[in-house]
Amino acid sequence: MAHPVQLRAELLELTPVGAYHRVVLRAPGVAERVRPGHFAALAVGGPESSMLLRRAFSIHRADPGSETVSLVVAAHGRGTGELLRCRVGDPVDLVAPLGTAFPLPAGPLTALLVADGYGGAPLFPLAERIKDAGGSVGFILGAATADRLYGVEQAQALTPDVLVTTEDGSSGIKGKVTLPLAEALKAIGAEVAYACGSMGMLAAVSGIATAEGVRSFCAVEEAMACGVGVCMTCVLPVVGEDGVSRFVRSCVEGPCFDGSRVRWSDIGTVPADLHGAAAMGAL
Amino acid sequence: MDDAPLLDLTAPFGGGTLPNPVTTASGCAGYGREIARFQPLAELGAVTTKTIMPYPRSGQPTPRMAETPSGMLNAVGLQGSGIDHFVEQELPWLAERGARVLVSIAGERVEEFAATAQRLTGRPGVVGIEANICCPNADNRGLVFGCNPATSYDVIAAIREVADPGLPLYAKLTPDVTSITEIAAACVKAGADGLSMINTLLGMSIDTTTMRPALSGDTGGLSGPAIRPVAVRCVYQVHAAMRSGAIPEVPIIGMGGIRTGLDALEFVLAGASGIAVGTSVFNDPSAPLRVLDELSRALSERGFARFTDAVGLAHHPRQA
Repeated sequence: MAHPVQLRAELLELTPVGAYHRVVLRAPGVAERVRPGHFAALAVGGPESSMLLRRAFSIHRADPGSETVSLVVAAHGRGTGELLRCRVGDPVDLVAPLGTAFPLPAGPLTALLVADGYGGAPLFPLAERIKDAGGSVGFILGAATADRLYGVEQAQALTPDVLVTTEDGSSGIKGKVTLPLAEALKAIGAEVAYACGSMGMLAAVSGIATAEGVRSFCAVEEAMACGVGVCMTCVLPVVGEDGVSRFVRSCVEGPCFDGSRVRWSDIGTVPADLHGAAAMGAL
Repeated sequence: MDDAPLLDLTAPFGGGTLPNPVTTASGCAGYGREIARFQPLAELGAVTTKTIMPYPRSGQPTPRMAETPSGMLNAVGLQGSGIDHFVEQELPWLAERGARVLVSIAGERVEEFAATAQRLTGRPGVVGIEANICCPNADNRGLVFGCNPATSYDVIAAIREVADPGLPLYAKLTPDVTSITEIAAACVKAGADGLSMINTLLGMSIDTTTMRPALSGDTGGLSGPAIRPVAVRCVYQVHAAMRSGAIPEVPIIGMGGIRTGLDALEFVLAGASGIAVGTSVFNDPSAPLRVLDELSRALSERGFARFTDAVGLAHHPRQA
């Protein structure tokens, strides 16, 4: 478990970035603990808010020097709408860093980083770490339409190996991120694929990577109420080191999972061989 | 708590006491490990565990949760690793930290409750047992134990018979009944040393995009500030029955949407001598200790020297 802190962060910046918003928060004591893949859980609407559940956002950047963390937020729900109505200087109750970060094998690594929309926010600092360790990276960044892409320029600043896909063909390759994936893995000689996005996309990335003999680490986006490991609502069926499948929490054991251990096609079910499934009986 | 020394927070617990009235509500703080990162567990009156069954249980498929106005629906389905794991892995950790542990237990049959309770005898850290009787009874067509006075009585009596007599036994009551005082009376008659009130209310939410129930199990338990008035009413009614002599007096742990010290005070005035913080922990993992601090301040501001002097005060005649 990460060792998060809870504090009243100060909203320093709220800037539109394409279809999304960059949210920068001053949060002393947080940035130095953050590793790529960690997330932050924000309370929305203040202490009397009728929206009780914390909103989880993967951490985009963490800068110990300025004591800031930045997030990329899409306005698509009531909670994020509330957050985006905050003004610079407002307090935001923040718990971070949370979750299990992306595993980073020691030594130089060749990795392909794959993301859908703003889900890719944590991949850019990850790419920097990989490069700093003497490795190399490629990116596949996708979205439904060109205006929903995120981070293409950030990726291009890190590597010439950047592929863009859009489902409507308005930018780059027409199709999903998985379309050029197998070729791209081969082209850069990837040892690991790191992916962020929807469950369907992650399932597909994990499947293709495994078929290509490449390890995959996937950061899931699962609905959660607390972000700290107590509500038990964000569980996924995952195969453990001992070979036993269990419902594990996306917020503690995840959000970054070894893609080959997640039972993607069983999400939303209780597989019969899951630990404790027999006890569900008829009741 | 600079103003605390003047205030005696000692709270009744079964036949004994706890240093203060605040605990976590079952199912809202796991086994304590996660919230220990936000407050020292020993500073809470007690830590109430998530419900523990005799065996590991996977719980329901996702989606298990839906946000609702000032609350949420959950259908976790008692996911847990079972009593063996709890007594071997979780309880020693809690005991090392000085936590006073109120262990929530359940079973699909009366015997399963009793067997689970027996495993807690002589275990360091355990201060009491809370029977979650709001779960389905496999021997009675899946009807909830706690919805019927006779089955409530059976479970509590069976646990009391075999459990360590030194451990207070609390019955956790569901509000989804015609008369909560009738269920409370049956539990106390069966030997309950205290009552925990209330569990979630059965609710439902339908996703208007998919046009299907929002939860995989269709229905779920409603919790959070949305249910607070129902919970205060239940505590008030049962405490009134105790004051009138209709039910022997036992301590009540009040819970249901407590978010602040003043919310807690409402329950105290209604008759609760214990306070459990539940869903608010999801919003604020520091909520239990914060609620204790706020409650202490609210009591001091109102001139109380002892926490217990405020218990049930709302039942006194209105001042002219």
